[in-house]
Amino acid sequence: MRTSRLMGWLLVAYGCAVLAFLYLPLVSVGLASISKARYLTFPIRRYAYDWYGEALASDTVRDLLLVSLKVAGIVTVLSMVIGFLGALAFARYSWRFRKAYQKLILLPIFFPQTVLGLALLMWFNTVGIIPSWKTAVVAHLVWIAPIATLVISIRAYSFDPALEEAARDMGATTWDTLREVTIPLLMPGVISAGLFAFLLSWGNFPLSLFTTGADSTLPEWLYAKMVSGYSPLVPTVGILTVATSAVLLAVGLTAALIFKRARAARKA
Amino acid sequence: MQRRDRQLGLLYALPIGVFLAVAFLAPILLVAAFSTMPPKVFSIWNLPDFSAYYTVITQGYWKTVAWSLGMSMAATLILFVVCWPLAYGMAKVFGRFSLVLTIGVVMTLFVSENIRLFGWVLTLMKGGLVEGYVRAWTGTGFDGLLYNVPVIVFGLCYVYLPFMLFPLAQGIAMVPEDARAAAFDLGATRWQIFREIELPLAMPGILVGSLLTFVLAAGALAETKLLGGQAVIVIAEEVETAFTYGQNWPLGAALAMVLIVIVGGIAIWGVGRADLDRMMGRR
Repeated sequence: MRTSRLMGWLLVAYGCAVLAFLYLPLVSVGLASISKARYLTFPIRRYAYDWYGEALASDTVRDLLLVSLKVAGIVTVLSMVIGFLGALAFARYSWRFRKAYQKLILLPIFFPQTVLGLALLMWFNTVGIIPSWKTAVVAHLVWIAPIATLVISIRAYSFDPALEEAARDMGATTWDTLREVTIPLLMPGVISAGLFAFLLSWGNFPLSLFTTGADSTLPEWLYAKMVSGYSPLVPTVGILTVATSAVLLAVGLTAALIFKRARAARKA
Repeated sequence: MQRRDRQLGLLYALPIGVFLAVAFLAPILLVAAFSTMPPKVFSIWNLPDFSAYYTVITQGYWKTVAWSLGMSMAATLILFVVCWPLAYGMAKVFGRFSLVLTIGVVMTLFVSENIRLFGWVLTLMKGGLVEGYVRAWTGTGFDGLLYNVPVIVFGLCYVYLPFMLFPLAQGIAMVPEDARAAAFDLGATRWQIFREIELPLAMPGILVGSLLTFVLAAGALAETKLLGGQAVIVIAEEVETAFTYGQNWPLGAALAMVLIVIVGGIAIWGVGRADLDRMMGRR
């Protein structure tokens, strides 16, 4: 039973429509960011790029950018390390509590993030830690480290245990095996987990909301401005954050493609 | 060899295990402890009196719980219908286009939910993209499309689409082509194949997608606040209000516990049934 050609084309058209639907709100934000008027109404009559200049020159935006970068950067490095080890326990080795451990890893991903943020705020308060961007790193990690573990696990599942055993049989210590065999083999997974971690932390709002204390990240500031009324800087800063992620993602995908090509060429 | 495997497994699980115990399980236990405290205290060293739960039951909070669960159920059903053809295409028809679609959909996940919902505000508001152009072309405008219940459900569908789409596609990919071909040869109609073959065989994917969507939508906050205005109040917002404006941590904790028990119950039930090794392709 084959799907007819017409059906196939209809499905592709439907797929394109869904993609268009997913990106439509970003188009609106993009158009709003280049409208000259202080109070936005469509259709836009006069376009201007002044808001971008203003956003880039603003001290507030620079501070927000620094906090967001700090948080996302540290979250990225830590999730790569924790996720790498966690993925080996998740997928590679058979050990006693593995099934229970796998389920523990999944739970934070399902958990409502706003409530998790509040629970952590109470926790920090009870333990006596004053919230700042550092506590936001902890909050982001609760959600992102398990995701990094899963991403690396997918790679670890397709890993042939015989390679590690061969290294061992030739006299390599546990540390040598890890360094020479396991880490290089899982590296693509670790790098994509790092990319995921950065992007998810960079865009996260519900976890930051209650855990950053006096500091503020870009998505938090955007939300505060959205709720308190329209400011022409909101679409502009929004587009700038989106553009940052897009550039990073493009670099990541291109690097992956080049790496794959190079490897294929070496094999041939 | 086996012994070393066991030791290494435990050793490598330690960092994330300890971290989640301290920063995930402990805070949840703390919320549980707080929920039993008398009103408006800020430490757990008081005598528990469970009065916050009494307040939750008598003050009509069940309505917000019902709104949250009802809207997430509606969003889950709508998403199932919307995503099925697309997931089917990704699993069985598209080939290269599947990759384009996957990257296109995943990329939206990296854009802050706020910004995307704000985009819908700009699209649907009075004087927004839709109404503005309709007014410019036809000369007559209408009120904005925001601030009602359907638009909140729409927002939930929009934000959680990927969480339904990918598990569904995974599930449909597990339906063997032979089974469908055999049913077709035996004279089954398209609808019969869907009901008798595809639906049961793709069930693991359907289950994961629906649970994920439902659970995430039940705890959602931004959709109601940005798109819904004051139309309805959801449980996550009540929790937030109790903590911030209300300054009543025990009440907030009790409300959070209601959400945690519902969501956690469903999640643990669903996760308990899934065989992760098989789903993620262990050799």
